[in-house]
Amino acid sequence: MNLRKYLKVYKKFLHTSFASELEYKTNLLIDLITAIFSLIGSIFLLSIFFQNNENIGGWEFKQALIIQGIYTILNGITNTWFNPNLTEIVKHIREGTLDFVLLKPIDSQFFISLKKITPSGLLEIMLGFCLLSYCIKINQINVNLSFITLSSITIICSICILYSLWFFISTTTIWFVKTWNATEVLRSFLYIGRFPLNSFSFSLRIFFSVFIPIAFITTIPSEIFLGLSHSWKILLEFLVAMVFLFTSRKFWLFALKFYSSASS
Amino acid sequence: MAHNIIDVRNLSKSFDISSKESGLKGTIKHFIRRQTKSIKVIKNISFEIKEGEIVGFLGANGAGKTTILKMLCGLIYPSEGSILVSGDLPFRRKENFLKNITLIMGQKQQLIWDLPPIESFYLNASIYDLDKFEAKKRIKKLSEMLEIDEELFIPVRKLSLGQRMKSELLAALIHEPNILFLDEPTLGLDINAQRNLRKFLQKYNKETNATICLTSHYMKDITSLCKRVICVHEGAISYDGKLELLLKKLSPVKEILIVCRSEEDAIKLENSGFTVKNKIKNEITIKVENKSITSSLKTILNNFDIEDLFINEPPIDEIIGRVLIKKDYDI
Repeated sequence: MNLRKYLKVYKKFLHTSFASELEYKTNLLIDLITAIFSLIGSIFLLSIFFQNNENIGGWEFKQALIIQGIYTILNGITNTWFNPNLTEIVKHIREGTLDFVLLKPIDSQFFISLKKITPSGLLEIMLGFCLLSYCIKINQINVNLSFITLSSITIICSICILYSLWFFISTTTIWFVKTWNATEVLRSFLYIGRFPLNSFSFSLRIFFSVFIPIAFITTIPSEIFLGLSHSWKILLEFLVAMVFLFTSRKFWLFALKFYSSASS
Repeated sequence: MAHNIIDVRNLSKSFDISSKESGLKGTIKHFIRRQTKSIKVIKNISFEIKEGEIVGFLGANGAGKTTILKMLCGLIYPSEGSILVSGDLPFRRKENFLKNITLIMGQKQQLIWDLPPIESFYLNASIYDLDKFEAKKRIKKLSEMLEIDEELFIPVRKLSLGQRMKSELLAALIHEPNILFLDEPTLGLDINAQRNLRKFLQKYNKETNATICLTSHYMKDITSLCKRVICVHEGAISYDGKLELLLKKLSPVKEILIVCRSEEDAIKLENSGFTVKNKIKNEITIKVENKSITSSLKTILNNFDIEDLFINEPPIDEIIGRVLIKKDYDI
């Protein structure tokens, strides 16, 4: 793989995406405002849960805010990259425009996963980091090299898991043609990630950790922030992320053999 | 002598297609237990195409032309048989192979809708690993050939269909491919836009010696671009050869309308042994076989007092229309 070429292409992706978004100024402005209000709404909702309870599942409000911060970053990444690109796969397959992608001398997964970005999602990512900085202050977290390394690794692993899940579902479009609903369900499940894993019942904890590891992707990075995480959990998240990434890649390459293109 | 750039041997393709009965009962049945059957859309076809050739694929809707093109460019895996395109197996979609080909579909577009075409060209240039200088040079050359200039800087959504198609062509040719697969490139274009596009393709083929495989329902595209045609009927090849030969075979007779100076001359001509289609006063229409057209004209001009004459070719659409419904042409 020619890394220089891929960086050059990605630079072009960024340029064309920004240029496309800037064509519709009002829409961009509304998206930015929505991102701010969405975060305010989420914190308000969380504060209502904690109004009559000092802690939920062993988590205090100021600790739960860390999960909210990580959720906001992941949601920002979802809105910036996954939503505009991975939902487009369905369109590519239904309308047959995947033909153009497959005939380009570039990795098709790279192309369809990163071609577009939604700039308003970047604001959400920034807001998430601001919230996390605030949480570091109120929870008096000691920021050192090991903290930065571990929190970065776990957040990146969470992004990989989320991406792989979404990409896996979108890939099934090659057989089922229309899978909008499945990706919508995944998005709904992502809301679960705003709450600590311990706040759910045992069976739900198993479901959201093993089958759809949504809670897993916010809880483990949050535990790093609070110094509560065990190394086996970090290793497990890393392994899960690698397995998910590898499987989704293999699944995509396998699925392409069944691509029949849309009729003209 | 040009070598074979495309070599297809005993190629077949089957698709699993589901069918549904009408009505609510049919819909529920279709939802619960979908009945699919395997349909062979391409049936054991073989052909070769030489470098620099322009070949037209003719066939009715659903005959399998687009499926053949998509297998040739590596989008669809063949069920049986082998394909070699410039020495590569297309469905492996290796980088070098992809840099050598392009696919243009009249009904689908790859340009970024909200941006001027120039942005898509530079994006494609980076995908094909061209530096900015080389990309600029190629865009300039191709835009001159396609006669587009200001359109490069207007958002795609505001361009006319003709301008958009020219931009699509430029985007698809920026890497200077050797093999072009064109699926109905003139679909929906007006007469002038169609003519310009044909002119461009002729010029591109002449200048680069690129091989062009073309499908089109506009006969003018086929007649002005392709010397050779491959007729596809229900997934099988019904004719593969020169277009001229096919037309001669399908239309062995020409009609000549002769305007004689007097009605007496017309009567004389009527009784001279030609096959007469009709006669109105001093105008007489005769049918002459293609092979004897020169000698017949000589006889008429030498022996009769002729005021004017017209040789009528049967409409090409009508002739080709006959090809689309016939299974085999042994020429």
